[in-house]
Amino acid sequence: MKLLPQLFHSSLGKKYIMAITGLGMLAFAAVHLAGNLRLFLGPEVLNSYAHGLHRAEESLWMIRVCLLVLIGLHVSMAVVLTHENRAARPILYERSRLPGASHASRTMIWSGLMVAVFVAYHLLHHSAKAQVSLTGHDFAAFRTTLADGTACHDVFRMVVAGFSQPVVSGFYIVGVGLLSHHLSHGIEAAFQSLGLRNRAWDAAVRRLASGAAWLLFVGYASIPVAVLCGYGREALQ
Amino acid sequence: MHLSLRVWRQKSASAPGRFETYEARHVSPDMSLLEALDGVNEDLIASGGDPIAFDSDCREGICGACSVVIDGIPHGSRHGTTACQLHLRHFRDGATITLEPWRARPFPLIKDLVVDRHAFDRIIEAGGYVSVKTGGAPDGNAIPIPKTNVDRAMDAAVCIGCGACVAACKNASAMLFVASKVSHLSLLPQGRVERERRVLAMVRAMDDAGFGGCTVTGSCEAVCPKNIRIDVIARMNREYGRALLKGGSPELAL
Ligand code: SF4
Ligand code: FES
Repeated sequence: MKLLPQLFHSSLGKKYIMAITGLGMLAFAAVHLAGNLRLFLGPEVLNSYAHGLHRAEESLWMIRVCLLVLIGLHVSMAVVLTHENRAARPILYERSRLPGASHASRTMIWSGLMVAVFVAYHLLHHSAKAQVSLTGHDFAAFRTTLADGTACHDVFRMVVAGFSQPVVSGFYIVGVGLLSHHLSHGIEAAFQSLGLRNRAWDAAVRRLASGAAWLLFVGYASIPVAVLCGYGREALQ
Repeated sequence: MHLSLRVWRQKSASAPGRFETYEARHVSPDMSLLEALDGVNEDLIASGGDPIAFDSDCREGICGACSVVIDGIPHGSRHGTTACQLHLRHFRDGATITLEPWRARPFPLIKDLVVDRHAFDRIIEAGGYVSVKTGGAPDGNAIPIPKTNVDRAMDAAVCIGCGACVAACKNASAMLFVASKVSHLSLLPQGRVERERRVLAMVRAMDDAGFGGCTVTGSCEAVCPKNIRIDVIARMNREYGRALLKGGSPELAL
């Protein structure tokens, strides 16, 4: 039996794809967070890290392409599955209580689509250094010199300038909150869909899922919160 | 006690349906909900009306025929209980109870609260059996099976095929039902020999019938009258992946 057509045609196969692409993006989110948290080690560390990343242009493109494929598959499968799932119940109940179903599990398509919109905004705002920033700063003009004399983009100042705006910070915190909400169900469901769960491991999988979701939220949200509390202000002088 | 039953009435799949309210007066708390419906039907018949059609057979929670969504929950809100075993003492005196049929595209409505659950039969026909020749009846313990496997297989084998899992799932997914059968048979040595073909064929029949996919909400296990847990679904997902990787085929080898 051909593996690929079977994967894309059966409901279980589509769920495997959802799970694998979801876990792939989760791995990226974790590595990305580890990079972001360098902000707390000061401008020098963050800027040289960002500069190093941009010098590895080829691998960066490979990662971007992989991510695009992951996102494309995850979103398209989600849309197809949601459509099939709705079609399976053409007539709704007058009273429906969905016993046992958590809020996150009932709203995955919506939290997922909102996260997608947030990611698109986030890319425009930071990576593409779009001039249409809410902050009124020209991020591309933020330059600095590293300790070894190389000139590079001042990422530290950009982050501090961006997050000093409560609107930007608030939007970001809501975005990562939605992501965590999505993950609180998504990680557990991914393990289930891949069959990596049994009675003995059930509690551990649940704890891992909610632990990872909380960790990502606290990690990502700590940055705007710290900036709003005054961290890194001196970089703006 | 006295109850008001708001029941979905629909003459046939193509006729329009609506809720009608019936009064069940002087019912005893020791009666089951289906017995209250029997009482309403007797009154309806006596007054020349059309009795409410609903499914039931054993009335002791083992056949899986009864199928009513009670106040938004298939088989009602008591855990591990079929509609036929749901007693009126669990309702407030004077309460209004809303009764609806299972709602899922693969379960077309026949009349009132009765739906056609042949889709489940087609899934069983696809692979829910063991086709090896066993010869004469073997000795009771001739085939050694680990105790945990026996217990797990039994936990899944208690499925009565009622379809409440489908009715409760927001996606009308039949995963809990199919996974119960797949788990039960793949855990035992007699069923193991056909495990790849079985899971591929049963999942294909499930998809073809038009059931939705599993989004792991857990509504199915919350309503299952036999308390089957969604770990059987994880087992089926594992079995399916294994069968795909081994290059199994859903067709019967001729
Ligand atoms: S798994 Fe439970 S709810 Fe589903 S058909 Fe079997 S007994 Fe009924
Ligand atoms: S009538 Fe047999 S299980 Fe309810």
